[in-house]
Amino acid sequence: MTAHTVPTEARPPSRGFWELLKTEERRALRAPVGLLLGVLVPVILLVIFSAIPGLKQVAPGSTLTMFAEYVPVLIGMSVCLIALVSLPIPVVSDRQTGVLRRFATTPAPPSWVLAAQVIVNFALALIAIVILVAGGVLFFGLHMPAQWGGFVLSALLCIAAMFGIGLLITSLARSPQVAGVVGTVLLYPLLFFAGMWTPKQNLSPALQHIGNYTPLDAAAQAMDAAMQGHFPPTRPLLVMAAYAIVFGVAAIRLFRWE
Amino acid sequence: MTTTTMPREGAAAPGPASAGPIVTVDHLRKAYGPGVGVQDVSFRVERGEIFGIIGPNGAGKTTTVECICGLRVPDSGMIEVLGLDPRVHRSAIRERVGVQLQESALPLFIKVGEAMELFASFYRHPADPAELLEALGLTAERNTYYRRLSGGLKQRLSIALALIGNPEIAILDELTTGLDPQARRDTWELIEHVRDRGVTVILVTHYMDEAERLCDRVLLIDHGAVTALDTPAGLAQSAGGGTHLRFVPSIPFDIRVLTVLPEVTDVAREGQRVWVTGTGDLVSAVVRALEAAGVQARDMQVESATLDDAYVRLINGEEAQRP
Repeated sequence: MTAHTVPTEARPPSRGFWELLKTEERRALRAPVGLLLGVLVPVILLVIFSAIPGLKQVAPGSTLTMFAEYVPVLIGMSVCLIALVSLPIPVVSDRQTGVLRRFATTPAPPSWVLAAQVIVNFALALIAIVILVAGGVLFFGLHMPAQWGGFVLSALLCIAAMFGIGLLITSLARSPQVAGVVGTVLLYPLLFFAGMWTPKQNLSPALQHIGNYTPLDAAAQAMDAAMQGHFPPTRPLLVMAAYAIVFGVAAIRLFRWE
Repeated sequence: MTTTTMPREGAAAPGPASAGPIVTVDHLRKAYGPGVGVQDVSFRVERGEIFGIIGPNGAGKTTTVECICGLRVPDSGMIEVLGLDPRVHRSAIRERVGVQLQESALPLFIKVGEAMELFASFYRHPADPAELLEALGLTAERNTYYRRLSGGLKQRLSIALALIGNPEIAILDELTTGLDPQARRDTWELIEHVRDRGVTVILVTHYMDEAERLCDRVLLIDHGAVTALDTPAGLAQSAGGGTHLRFVPSIPFDIRVLTVLPEVTDVAREGQRVWVTGTGDLVSAVVRALEAAGVQARDMQVESATLDDAYVRLINGEEAQRP
């Protein structure tokens, strides 16, 4: 334990970040909340919906079957569950138990903790989307999205928008219980506007208008258009980008170790 | 009072690389709510010593060390750690100062060995995780999940993590709280080994026996201000503790034989027993005087003032002066 010649502003070695990422990955596998909620639940719903005969009819005002129209909604649901539960809970519980405080005494910067968590959950969301789309195409007669680029862009923006919201919860919640309640309270209206329970055309014009500015409705609209072969309209893309930027920046500004 | 506690000798010999204090705290002030935090604390820690910070709960001990390691920004005052300012050189100080905090934990789903590798990776010149686990008797727990460890093992892992970066300074807060007596002794030995390897140790504790056993110097903080700073023995003496001895004389004698001695402050009889209170080399002075008077002292018992006594006196004295 000798005095090393350390420059006065030593940057921590980057292998520290990879070790932290490995740690978060292990946690995601050992306590597989994100895998179960964000991947398994939407996939089970996909299988159930595929077995409902009524959903095989073409949806009104669309070229897609009602089953196909549900795929963007299920993708939204998956991303939503990952962003509102799997992303915040580990960091928030680390804050409550003092893990973040412990990290704060090491050279590892706070941004590493958030970044590792975002990367692991981003991977989870991608896995969920690939399984939902590929599963639908391979087993349930879904057509590949005709506008590939637009579909991928919409899916990525959906992840960015929902992760922005999830990160703000991550930064502010004092306990996992608070984070859980906030996440659940947000989940149902977001899914409602995305058309989880009622097709959007059945809503009143006022509700449809509000829905246009919620992230999951915007995501469903954009992915729906791409599946029908159009490049997604500008408004839903901008709405998602705005959520990502506003909530993401606020999350980073307001992040607390304790 | 513990029977026959020998006072420790003088202050720490400064380490070989001694070039001024390794930590300087000057008029530190950090307020939280009303009456909490640190009002005015100044001290210096010398390289290579075990420096104790003691005081009642809420006295400002933890706040002080949190300011030293850069976790909190002081309201005013100056702190210098390894010649650096914790506010400016955050990451350089974190690289060279190992910290064991009270009320900190690890993720539930991490194994002991994984935690060591993870924390080692944050530092540029880490210690060998396997070696450190061996030194702390944790090798058998390598593959145990953190949440399955007993309190004592968690504490040992926490110490290991404080040392994993090969620090020059180790700050240990409430080191042995919650440990059983054997684990406390093992931990004390470990801290002495750490110091012997050249690491300066700042130890926050509210156990007086721990401070007395380990610390070269002790800072007593109360209500956010310094009450005393001395060696444990010095503190015990300055608080007026002195030495007490009692014996049964072989024959009756005139107690003026003892009261005339400069070392003796008080003599009392209780049945057959004689009680003597005094300072300095009390025992040999009394024995010599008794011998000269032809008296043999039987069943002699000696008690030295301890840090515990000094602590109680100093803290209570403070309380008494408070309006």
